[in-house]
Amino acid sequence: MTGADAILRCLEAEGVEVMFGIPGGAILPTYDAIAKGTTVRHVLARHEQGAGHMAQGYARASGRVGVALATSGPGATNLVTPIADAWMDSTPLVCITGQVRSHLIGTDAFQECDITGITIPIVKHSWLVQDVKEIPHVLKAAFHVARTGRCGPVLVDVPRDIQEAELEFHYPDKVDLPGWKPPTRGHSRQIKEAAKALAKAEKPVLYVGGGTLNADACPELRELAEVGRLPVITTLMGKGAFPETHELFFGWPGMHGPKWSNWAMNKCDLLVAVGARFDDRVTGKLSAFAAGAQVIHLDIDSAEISKLRHADIPVVGPLKLVLADLARDMREHRVEGRTEPWLHQIAEWRDQFPLKYRKDGELLKPQTVLEALQSLTAGRDDVIWTTGVGQHQMWAMQYLLCDEPRTFITSGGLGTMGYGVPAAVGAKAARPDATVICVDGDGCFQMTQQELATSVLEGLPIVVVIVNNGYLGMVRQWQDMFFEERFSQIHLTHQVPDYAGLAVAYGAAGFTVETEDELEGALAEALSCGRTAVVDCRVDPREHCFPMIPAGAAALDVVEFPDEETVESR
Amino acid sequence: MIHTVSVLVENKPGALMRISSMFARRGYNIESLAVGPTERHDVSRIVLRVDCSQHSLEQIEKQMHKLVNVLRVSELEPDSSLERELALIKVTAPPDKRTELIALAEVFKARVVDLGPDALVFEIVGPPEELEAFEELVRPHGIKELARTGRIGLQRASAGLTPRRQHVLS
Repeated sequence: MTGADAILRCLEAEGVEVMFGIPGGAILPTYDAIAKGTTVRHVLARHEQGAGHMAQGYARASGRVGVALATSGPGATNLVTPIADAWMDSTPLVCITGQVRSHLIGTDAFQECDITGITIPIVKHSWLVQDVKEIPHVLKAAFHVARTGRCGPVLVDVPRDIQEAELEFHYPDKVDLPGWKPPTRGHSRQIKEAAKALAKAEKPVLYVGGGTLNADACPELRELAEVGRLPVITTLMGKGAFPETHELFFGWPGMHGPKWSNWAMNKCDLLVAVGARFDDRVTGKLSAFAAGAQVIHLDIDSAEISKLRHADIPVVGPLKLVLADLARDMREHRVEGRTEPWLHQIAEWRDQFPLKYRKDGELLKPQTVLEALQSLTAGRDDVIWTTGVGQHQMWAMQYLLCDEPRTFITSGGLGTMGYGVPAAVGAKAARPDATVICVDGDGCFQMTQQELATSVLEGLPIVVVIVNNGYLGMVRQWQDMFFEERFSQIHLTHQVPDYAGLAVAYGAAGFTVETEDELEGALAEALSCGRTAVVDCRVDPREHCFPMIPAGAAALDVVEFPDEETVESR
Repeated sequence: MIHTVSVLVENKPGALMRISSMFARRGYNIESLAVGPTERHDVSRIVLRVDCSQHSLEQIEKQMHKLVNVLRVSELEPDSSLERELALIKVTAPPDKRTELIALAEVFKARVVDLGPDALVFEIVGPPEELEAFEELVRPHGIKELARTGRIGLQRASAGLTPRRQHVLS
């Protein structure tokens, strides 16, 4: 068979169900092999960035490796943003790109670019296939590297002549990667130490990141929290790793986290980081972060240990096993009732400093949109949220409650505007039974809106709720607060484009909401219409996202909504 | 503080680039780097020098361990390892200065590998400090050109018995 056939047989052998991509010159042989037949469904995106984010959304919703295909040159460079995003958020991704023929490499041939070189800083590993016989080994290794250890993206670049060359196909059973040895178990003595420290702590906090989801360790996390009666705070990436309606759940840390969550994180005496990485958006001023706390750091990636914050008790290993062992050891040492005053204290802060906003004037408030979405979907376990990046994303974090793992899919580390729509399409491909809702901003939506076509034509219906404030809202907020209200190049307008009309042009349903009265009806109809829908919610552009830790400030100095006369929510 | 790190890597295309890119991306500056074959044809050894704190060194080691082509990373600590470097030094040497220069070279076991009408080229192999000392001594005569290999190193045969300081707590 040819190299192109071999690529598909490898994907089939890996159990890949869906791949996302766009054909082009250098990947033509592989697309020809797709035409000849494969069990892998191909979803045709409208932009390679869309294909990449779809593969990410698929991976995040399913827990499997996402696969994206693109041609050489611009096709490959358009994948760079999703690759960087997957790198920052540890999303397992295999990107397969076509490359110009081997003898043309290095000659500046048409649509040639050194994509393995370009992506070196943002992939776990990459391969430029130089012999057709390598294809099975390379793809086997690619999937293995993407999903073992700390998950992340890999890239396989295949020159066109290699796709056309013939080989005797045999898919290897084992990978041959002598330098790739991710940890398989946590150190049992370290885990015992951690359990002892946890049992002694009076004010412990579990600081849970996305690594917990990647490790499929959510049941073990819950076990640990319940055994030790430990308060759980999840990061943006960890959202959904612990049921958000659980009595031990206490919100989200960081720049736009509620005061009670930040106070708990920063006033605790023992901070247990679980698959989290002390990102600056979580810690605020690092030297002031959780200043009085001892730190236990559980992570699959030893390079995260003491990278930013010294870990007093580090445990490197797969979190599923580490958390299970920790919960077991914890049973021996725990002291009944020790954490109750602390839990009570955080709950008191929560009552004292609830999330707030003010309903004033004619204009719909963005928070009202999120509250409506939450009340329309409350108690459902078949809803998956995706978001773009900005104010709407932070409100989504604050107002949407996720009880199930892998139901909140967002771009955390890289902060990629435009992530939401294609990620939603990918999530829908992973979970056709689920209602997939993309909460987007108007700025974000316009970066990848073309993937509405993919959603409509591929039978992957999603609901896009645009929190449309007519501005690049988060930038507006910063210019307002930190640049003396000098608004610079942020006005997108509420009206152009007409989002509902645009949706209709794409064959989707379109709704425009301008008042609170119209809101629930439109959202309910969009959610029940069974096809792709866009709900344009035109909201107050002056609204800022609070609470907020100003950049560089200590997390304890979180700034709350600035007025007393507010409607308290939740 | 300057550390010497020895990295065994699979002899695969791009392996060196992945390592140097990691240094650049994480903001560490490589002071010297030497790559060469080892006793195994499929494995290369990279010896590099980096000026950083102990904490940064541990970070670097852990980041390097994550690279798929990297087989082993170890710090070469001065008291338990050997380090050598080679330099070629072209020194201004009019006929009346040659004898003095060659006498100097003998002290350092440097060899004259080329001789021209007004210059000669020394080859010197040794621990980097020796190379530096020699360089300083011939400098007043006028160094026209100089090339150094960057240092290579190995753990001493006698040092294999003591366990290496552990960085990774796993």
